[in-house]
Amino acid sequence: MTLLELDAISSYYGDLQALFGISLDVVEGETAAIIGSNGAGKSTLLRVVAGLTEARAGDIRFDGASIRRVAPHLRVGMGISLVPEGRRVFPSLTVEENLRIGTYRGRQGPWDLAAVYELFPILRERAGRSGAVLSGGEQQALAIGRALMANPRLLLLDEVSLGLAPVIVKQLYEALPSITAQGATILLVEQSVDQALAAADRVYCLLEGRISLTGLPAELTRAQITTAYFGLD
Amino acid sequence: MDWVNAVVQGVLLGGFYALLATGLSLMFGVMRLVNLAQGDLTILAAFLSLSLIEATGVGPFVSLAVVVPLMMVGGYALQRGLLNRTLDQGVMPPILVTFGLAVVLQNVLLSLYSADSQGIDAGSAEGASIAITNQLSIGVLPLATLVIAVVIIVGLQAMLGRTQLGRSLRATADDREAALLTGIDHRHVYAVATAIAMGTVAIAGVLLGIRTTFGPFDGPVRLIFAFEAVVIGGLGSLWGTLVGGIILGVSLTIGNQINPAYQVLAGHVVFLIVLAFRPNGLFARKGREA
Repeated sequence: MTLLELDAISSYYGDLQALFGISLDVVEGETAAIIGSNGAGKSTLLRVVAGLTEARAGDIRFDGASIRRVAPHLRVGMGISLVPEGRRVFPSLTVEENLRIGTYRGRQGPWDLAAVYELFPILRERAGRSGAVLSGGEQQALAIGRALMANPRLLLLDEVSLGLAPVIVKQLYEALPSITAQGATILLVEQSVDQALAAADRVYCLLEGRISLTGLPAELTRAQITTAYFGLD
Repeated sequence: MDWVNAVVQGVLLGGFYALLATGLSLMFGVMRLVNLAQGDLTILAAFLSLSLIEATGVGPFVSLAVVVPLMMVGGYALQRGLLNRTLDQGVMPPILVTFGLAVVLQNVLLSLYSADSQGIDAGSAEGASIAITNQLSIGVLPLATLVIAVVIIVGLQAMLGRTQLGRSLRATADDREAALLTGIDHRHVYAVATAIAMGTVAIAGVLLGIRTTFGPFDGPVRLIFAFEAVVIGGLGSLWGTLVGGIILGVSLTIGNQINPAYQVLAGHVVFLIVLAFRPNGLFARKGREA
């Protein structure tokens, strides 16, 4: 069953057009990845799904219904949570408060404080600390945990690996199967192709705001990806 | 003994200034909005109370049961209908809009109530005092004002620190877009903050009306003292506002003790000294720009 359906979405970053008629489907329960170089429009795409950036043309359907006109805070209540680029944890809240604020919309589901602490035990150890003093990896775990507290049906992850050591990235990605096992669908954006291919059931490659390649990781060749990623012929 | 008396009376007076400044401090802390109409809204609350007392014959403290909710609802509507629209446009629009609101309020009050000074009569509570020694006595009303200010600030701190509403206010102050991603509608959260601020303004206004006379144009003078209390204490810090109010109050009474002509001047001088040496105030929140 299709959970998220983008139908010819066009969007702008300031005055520049960032997305040109993007269409893609995310099937419930799968992990989909969007790869592409800097400035390909990956983050804009996630922001459009979360409602932070307007889709000037096209339609977004979530669970069959159009959400193009739904405000971003209400999309959280419908089950769409974005882990934004750069983590954006709240510095004046403690780790535990950062997680508790995730329950603001009151969606019911498998995720609560205990479940998030089980997924990321380091957060339990840091529970009373300010979100501002965590390491980058801890902040990323916190940002994911905060989004999970909203019990999303669709979890959007923007550049989880950005600026983190490979061993930390590996730990974070190892948490994803536990998240999908609890029923969430994941749409992630990743600059690291290997990371995306390893984690995803389906891959979309973005090039200058257009989808240049779609496929299952096992079926795609290195040459195909390189061409789609860099736009070389 | 005169000096001890001056300090004690100053601390009590400081409670009043802290109460005047609490709403200002809260609104600035949550949304970086400097409400230049704060003083006039305080005067508005005093007039609302006065009208209610004249119309129904209830006492001033009973009138709070109507004035506080009324100001809170008005505050919510003011934020959602007007002030939220000014917030994405840089520094000037909120200042201009609240300044304009101040002028409008002053003139509406003038046309409704005339320029005559008014007072709220609280009967025997107004003059009652507790004698500590022969030379030192504490007024019941100033003491009650200080206690109310402390209770409100402690209560607001507890709300900010321990409730989901408080977390949502702090999260929105930190990062509005990230707050949106957790499902927080900042327009609503800001309006709730303004509603709470107007609740404290209502209480301050009624107490102001009891302790002194007031007229339609008294708002700006009140705003200056409230603003000084907030800045001395540190922008955005409620505890700082309490301490700032008390420092201001003690400055005024000690200035008065030296020479009654210096009373108001002493307050402004202390404000300038703090501004010169601690431009972020005494209790500015760390890691945040003021």
